[in-house]
This record gives sequence, structure tokens and C-alpha cells, in this order.
Amino acid sequence: MTELRTDATHEGTPQLSTQPVEVTQAEFGIVGWLRWVWRTLTSMRTALILLFLLALASIPGSIFPQRGSNPIKVNQYIIDSPTVGRFLDKLGMFDVFASPWFAAIYLLLFVSLAGCVIPRMIAHWRILRSRPPAAPKNLSRLSDYRTLPMLAGESAADVLGLAAAHLKKSRWRVDAQEFDGQTGWVAAEKGYARETGNLLFHMALLCLLAAVGLGSLAGFRGTVIVREGSSFADTRSQFDSFQPGRLFDDSALPPFTFTLDKFTADYQRGGQQNGAAREFAAKVTVRDEPGAAPYGKLIQVNDPLDIGGVKTYLVGHGYAPTFTIRDPKGAVVFRDTVVFLPQDGNYTSTGVVKAPDTVPQLGLTGFFLPTAAVDQILGPHSTFPAPDDPAVFMSAWDGDLGLDSGRPQSVYKLDTSHMQRLGIKAMRPGESWTLPQGHGTVTFDGFKLWSSFTVAHDPGQGWALASAIAAITGLALSLLVRRRRLWVKVSTSPGGGTVMEIAGMTRSEHASVSDDVEALATQLVGRATSVPMQ
Amino acid sequence: MVNVTLAEFSNRFVYAAMVTYTIAMITFAVSMAATRGRDLVPAAAVPAEGQSGGVAVATRVETTVGGPNDGALPPGRRSANIAMSITWLATLLLGVGVLLRGLSVGRVPWGNMYEFSITSAFAVSLAFLILSLKRDIRWLGIFVVVPVLLTLGLAVSVLYTDAEQLVPALKSYWLVIHVSAAVICGGAFCVGAAVTMLFLVADAGERRALAQKPYMLDWLARRLPPAASLDAMAYRIHAFMFPLWTFAIVAGAIWAESAWGRYWGWDPKETWAFITWVAYAAYLHARATAGWKGRKASVIALIAFGCFLFNYFGVNLVITGLHSYAGV
Repeated sequence: MTELRTDATHEGTPQLSTQPVEVTQAEFGIVGWLRWVWRTLTSMRTALILLFLLALASIPGSIFPQRGSNPIKVNQYIIDSPTVGRFLDKLGMFDVFASPWFAAIYLLLFVSLAGCVIPRMIAHWRILRSRPPAAPKNLSRLSDYRTLPMLAGESAADVLGLAAAHLKKSRWRVDAQEFDGQTGWVAAEKGYARETGNLLFHMALLCLLAAVGLGSLAGFRGTVIVREGSSFADTRSQFDSFQPGRLFDDSALPPFTFTLDKFTADYQRGGQQNGAAREFAAKVTVRDEPGAAPYGKLIQVNDPLDIGGVKTYLVGHGYAPTFTIRDPKGAVVFRDTVVFLPQDGNYTSTGVVKAPDTVPQLGLTGFFLPTAAVDQILGPHSTFPAPDDPAVFMSAWDGDLGLDSGRPQSVYKLDTSHMQRLGIKAMRPGESWTLPQGHGTVTFDGFKLWSSFTVAHDPGQGWALASAIAAITGLALSLLVRRRRLWVKVSTSPGGGTVMEIAGMTRSEHASVSDDVEALATQLVGRATSVPMQ
Repeated sequence: MVNVTLAEFSNRFVYAAMVTYTIAMITFAVSMAATRGRDLVPAAAVPAEGQSGGVAVATRVETTVGGPNDGALPPGRRSANIAMSITWLATLLLGVGVLLRGLSVGRVPWGNMYEFSITSAFAVSLAFLILSLKRDIRWLGIFVVVPVLLTLGLAVSVLYTDAEQLVPALKSYWLVIHVSAAVICGGAFCVGAAVTMLFLVADAGERRALAQKPYMLDWLARRLPPAASLDAMAYRIHAFMFPLWTFAIVAGAIWAESAWGRYWGWDPKETWAFITWVAYAAYLHARATAGWKGRKASVIALIAFGCFLFNYFGVNLVITGLHSYAGV
């Protein structure tokens, strides 16, 4: 009721007198407030605070595992400490650089930057087209002020002309006022590139952000494991994992294929860094498109395969043992080369073999060891990454693999909930294991290597590089170029006769114009010899 | 592949350099102790006679090179000159050590933390010596030699690794470009931080002297150039280094693109390089912000250097990421 009444009284009060006031107040209030927000946002102090926040906000990204680079570690972290993990996850600590609060900081920073830079660009554009400012009345207040003697029989115009010519030759922007009997001057300015560079740098940062955005929207990234002798075709279904940008179109995938012919790895033997990798190379045969002529290529760690901007990088490798399973009558029921995943630097690898066509179904799980060793603490493990003494340690299970349940299964895990263990066996290449209870035999035929590749395309990359180069150029200009002004003034002194004064000024931090004044003075003092020659 | 004899010689030269640097450090210290300090209160601001209780005894401001020379060197000058000569010798020895290390493995000598450290130490001393040819910076000597010695000490004791070939990820010409830029930045940021700290000491000394208050580091402040010129020098170093640091990061990004398939992936090393960059950017902005000039800006520069150090030691030794390579 009261509200209604106040509303009513509001309406009822003399509108003509109050409303305009109210409206202007409200408008002024909002406009004024917006202006205040804009001014605060674009102030250097705010930029400084935002820079601090940006640095601070990046720190958790280096402390906690990040989904973008290591999703497995993130999952492990949440499994290990569920309460803390889930809490951190809610805060976005595992996706720091994609989190809304991180985006808020850098977007505010870039708005602040644009608000600061654009008016300065307009102002700088005006300055670039204007003349150097006229000589101040009192040059002697400026730094590096000095007076030079006039020569006998020399006119003020001669001196000013000489000064202007010298300054123009040294690439100064020059303006002059002819000697009018009382005074005349030459004004010169140099170092506009400082502000140009400063603005270029900040604009380049905006472009860099746009390029990063373009890359993540229109690019893609996929990973695939390829065994020696196997092939890969560049279509989405062939990838083990595929992360397209929101605007990515599958037709952008060039239809190339390649076969991994051979993977070679070389390791250091002996010394402090025993076992450290020295050389990885994947020899592949590539076809740019179906039916095209094949060609060989060596993909190495710093040397990707590049097909129309889509690059294939060598990112990892491992071992894939070959197993043959025969039924009790000797008929082959399973033969495959199975990818095992490395668990440590010596390539102790674990993997799973699933034979769904045997009755009952068979599963094998265990280790592949390139250089086999067994001890009490570590169990079966590898002591060197190269296959010096390869062996597998497998345990066999029979029962239901659970493949028919319809639930998706990892090829690297054996669901043993409906299986029972038959036994465990170590085998060297070529050895066979006769399974108990008349289940047939398992043969470890040998092994191949596999390589993992990342296939990626980032359409923003070229723009990002161009922006970065522009940013560095701008930075160098803005921090190394000095903006400075020089004046030469000739005037009649109160006591008669003419006085020549020169002085300089700089607004760049901790810079001096002494050397410029010195050079000009030297030139002007030396005119005694140069004037007659003209 | 690895020439063990050359690597062995390299180690000996590094040790010899350390001994020589130690002698240089002691000589610089002796020189500093012998130097007469300057008066911290500018002549115009000296209060009327009889009121100068608590203010250090006024001594003549020492003129730098080019001043009138009456034959006798001012106290501490001769030992400073000797210290400079010893530093030249030490740097030469270290340079040979770094060179032999590179020759022993047939590549650039910055493939691991040990090599990066000794090369950085060499870069710092060389930069200091080259700069000393142009201007009188003998007062800075001890503040360069001490971090150089600390770096070398850490390198030979904690970070040492035998001379070996590189892991495949490091086999790229970008190792030459990216890491050499980082080496130079590391050295210069170190000197920048030293000068910044000295600025803070000199500035505090001058303020206290003006307010006639006692100051614990008065003895040091009086032996330093005026705070304003230290501030200018610190700014110049940082302003020169910031574009180079940006270049180092960009070069690293280009390398990352060819090695890992993305130019930026927020790997811990990348993240801290970014944090360092942002911190130095904040320093440069602070200098242009009212109320942040001088002391506050200097503190930001020191924080930025702390970020750089963490990126080198913390990220390499504590956090695992793509930049973790065999044997530190």
C-alpha cells in the first residue's frame, strides 16, 4: 500500500519541474557511473592489478594436473582424494586456463588494454601528422642547454638553415621559424617509433588472443597408436582420441594415409644416463590421398609429417607382443599383435589379450618386458628400454569377458569379475604355454613396436606467429627508441648582438638527449669550415 | 661420441674459475671496505652546521673516470682494479670450461641444468666485463661475482651431470636459439635484480640520511652510486631484457609446435615463463603508474626475478612436466 502511495505521489507531484531534473540526474548518474567504470578499467593502475591477478591465477595451473595436458592424472587425483579433488574440480583448478575466472581476468585485461590503446592510437596518429612544437620561450630551463658563439659576418638565417639541414639529414622531423629580426628557431623531433612500437605491441597482443581463439575453435587434435606394419587413414573414426574445435568441419581433414614400416629407438648404454633415449624415428610410407603415389618419410620428434598444414607428430612408442592361441586340437583361434602400454622409463609394459571366440572365453593379462628381470620387491620388471632380453609374464583367465554386456570396455583392462584364473607363465619369444584344464596353448610369437602420433591442425598458428613477431618488434621499439626534441634558437640579445642557443628535451624514462645536443653542437661549431665551402 | 678427456678438462677449468672468482670476490670486498663512502645527503639539503648529529661524516663525492687525477689513486681503487683483472682471468677460465664442455659433446653447452648454469654464469660475468669497458661499474663487481659463484657452486655440487648426448626432444636447432636467449636473460635478470636490490639499499640510505635516522646498511649505501642512477640502470637492464625474454618465450613456442604439436600447452615451464613475463610487464607498467614508481616498482622487479628463479629451479626439480629431461 505504502509503495503504491509513494508511486502515486511520485506521479502526482508537479512533473514538469521534477521529472527533467530526475531524468537528467538518472542519466548523469548512469553515464557518469559508466564513465567512472570505463576510466577505472582503462587506468594503468587497473591494468597493473589485472596483470598481477593474471600471474596469480596461472599458478594453480602449474601445481595441479590439468585436463588439457594430462586428463589421466586429473582422474587419478580425484580418485586419490575425492573430497578435495571434487572441490578443486568445482573451482576449475584442473582446467585453470579454460575456467571462467581465468577468462574473466584476461578479457578484462584486454578490454582495459583496448580502452587504453585506442585513444592513444588516435592521439598518436594526430601527432604523427603534426609538426614539432615551437621552441619554448626560455630554452635555458631545459636539459643540455648551451649557447654557441656566432661567427663574424654570419647571418641568423645561415645558422638556422645549417641546423635544419643537419637535422633533416639525421632524419629528424624539422620545423622552423625564420629569423624576424628578433628571433628565429628550428625545432626538431625524433623517436616517434617509441609510441608506434608501444601501440603495435599492445595491438599485437590483441591479435595474438584472437589467433589463439581461432586455433581452438577451428582446429583439431587427435592421437592414434599405430603398430609396425599397420596403417592409419586420416578420418575421425581411426583416432584413439579426437578433440575438434567447435567450428571444426570434418571435411578439413586431408585424406592422407600412412603405414608405419619400422620404428627405431636408440638408448644410451652405460654412464649416469643409462637408458636415456637418444634417437626415435618412425619410418612411414605416406599417400597424400587415396590412389596417390606413395613416398617414404622419417617422422622424428622435432620433425613432423606435414600434409597441407595438418601435421603428424611422433609422440611416443611402446611394444606390442604377438600371441597365438590354439584350441586343444591345434587349430588357431586367436592371433594378434596387441599393444601394451609402457609403465616406466624402462618400458615395463602392461596389456591385455581378449580371445572372445574360444569356449569358454579366454583372457590374458600381464607384462611385456624388453629386458626382463624379476625380483622380490618389483616383481617382473624391465631393466632397460631396448629389447635386449624380451619376455612376457602372463596370467590366463577363462570365463565371460563381459563383451556382450553392451557396456564399453577398455582394451587395456580385463574385467575378471566373471572369470577364473588358470595360471601364470613367463615366456620368451617362440615359447608356448599349454594351459591347464585342456584349454589349449598360448604361444608368444614375438613382438613389434608401435608409435603414437598426434595429428593436429591449428589454423590460427600463422596469425599467432605473426602477432608474436609484431609484438616483439613493437616492444623493442618502445623500450629502446627515445623520443626527443631539439631546438636551435637565434635571437637578438638585449645588449645587442645575436645569441645562438641550443637545448634538448626527452620524455622517455631515463633517457638523455646529451648526445644529440652534442652532435648538433659539434656540427654547428664546425660550420666555420663548412660554411665557406657551400 | 662423447670426448671424456675434454669433459674432464672442462670440469677442471670450471673449478679453477671458481677458485679465481673466490679470490676476485675477496679482493672486491677488500676494495669496498677501503673505499671512502659518499655523503648520502645532497649538498643543498645538508642542514646548518652543528645540526648534523647522526649524519655520516661528509666526505667528498668520488669522481668517476675522467676526473682530475693527482697521481695518487683514491683508497680502494687499486684493489678494485686488481679485482677486475682477477675477474677477467676467472671469466676466461670459465669460458674455456664452457667451450670444452661443448666440444666434448659436439653440441651447444646448454643441454641440461649443469650446462645451463655454467653458461649463464659465464654470460653474466662477460656482460659485466664488457659493460665495465664503457663505464665505471667496479662497485657492482662483488654483486656480480657472488651470484656467479653461487650458481657455479650449485652447478658443480647439485646439478652436475656427466657430459652426454641429448634426448631426442632436445635435438633441434631451436635449442641453440631458444635456450641461448634464456641463458642471456637469466644472466641479465640476475644483474638486474642485484642492481634493484642495491637501489633499495641506496634509496633507503638516502631517505634515512635526509630524515637523520640511523640505517643498518648505511655503510653499504654510502659506497653505492646515487639511488637515482641505480634506478635508471636497473630500468635499462630490464627494458633491454624484456623484449629478449619475450623472444625466448616465442622461440620456445615455435619449438614446442614442431616437437609436441602445439605452440602453447600450459606446461609448468610455459606457465612459469608466462608468469615471469607478466611480472616483468607489471614492473614496466608500475614505473609508469603514479604511486608505484621507485620502491614499489623495484619490489615487483624482485618478485619477477623470484618467478624466473622458480621457473628454473622449482619447475625443473620439483614439478614434472614436458621440460623434465634425463639427469636434470
